[in-house]
Amino acid sequence: MGALSWAALSLPAKPPGLAKASLDRLGESGVAHPVTAVLLNYRGYDTLLEVGVLLLALAGAWSLGRGEQPAENPQSRPLLLSLLRVLLPMLLLAAGHLLWIGAFAPGGAFQGGALLGGALVLLILGGLARRALKRERCLRAGLALGVLVFAGIAAVTMALTGGLLQYPPGAGGALILVIETAAMVSIGLALGLLYLGGQPPEGARRSLLATPPDHA
Amino acid sequence: MPDADYRLYLMASAAIFTIGFYSMLTQAHLLRRIMAFNVMGCGVFLLFITLAARAPGPVPDPVPHAMVLTGIVVSVCATGLALALAGRVQTVTGKTELEPGEDAGGRSGAAHHGSSA
Repeated sequence: MGALSWAALSLPAKPPGLAKASLDRLGESGVAHPVTAVLLNYRGYDTLLEVGVLLLALAGAWSLGRGEQPAENPQSRPLLLSLLRVLLPMLLLAAGHLLWIGAFAPGGAFQGGALLGGALVLLILGGLARRALKRERCLRAGLALGVLVFAGIAAVTMALTGGLLQYPPGAGGALILVIETAAMVSIGLALGLLYLGGQPPEGARRSLLATPPDHA
Repeated sequence: MPDADYRLYLMASAAIFTIGFYSMLTQAHLLRRIMAFNVMGCGVFLLFITLAARAPGPVPDPVPHAMVLTGIVVSVCATGLALALAGRVQTVTGKTELEPGEDAGGRSGAAHHGSSA
């Protein structure tokens, strides 16, 4: 610990930092909040890979087998259900609000996605997500949405401007909002589904019809 | 903020990291190890945030902030995967820790898994 403290204390007291560079070009980035600009414009590839890491973690968890969900009858927990009735709309609203204000205040896709993930965990705990969890194809599409939209926009803007995630002038704000919306859905789904600790449990009939799971 | 305060935060980040690192080495229970790994991550995040606040300028440096945000998401992913793996270890071997002589346990675990599939 002594060595670590020494290393941390011996860092230059007045580092040049990138604050000035990032604030100077903020007007061109399409958003008004520097952290969002760093995440989705200056260093957009970080965020693209990060959404990929999230997907990879979930694929890893799914490859371990089927998870479990509480088998309890939701009607036996009236308090949880009435709490959910109030909490879920507020969580969804707050997620959308965080996504929108991310352009000019602290917030964005990850914060909104975390709230969506929490909402999904609550749904699973309340036993209300049972039918949704059986529709695995929809879940997979939702999970892949973030990476696909992000990578698609990266490919198109690369063809237009020649730089990876270098947005055409003036289009940054709209593109960032599209990416963030898609990423938020995927992040929320991935975080919520990680809670199961494995692939969603399947119904008996479905497992006979389903194609073999493809973890590639 | 005076310079002494930054020094306090820097030393706190080193302390938090060391606590996590120590537990990572000494605790055998997998859940405790996963928690120790998260505590270590918190130490690194605190270091980054302190450095961002210390950078000159009207607002904190946004680049370390974005990196910490990325780091939090990655550590949540890693934790989720680690918890799923730990759960799997418990289902297969019935234990919540990894044995030192892993070879025999690993093979019997794999055989058990094969028979159940």
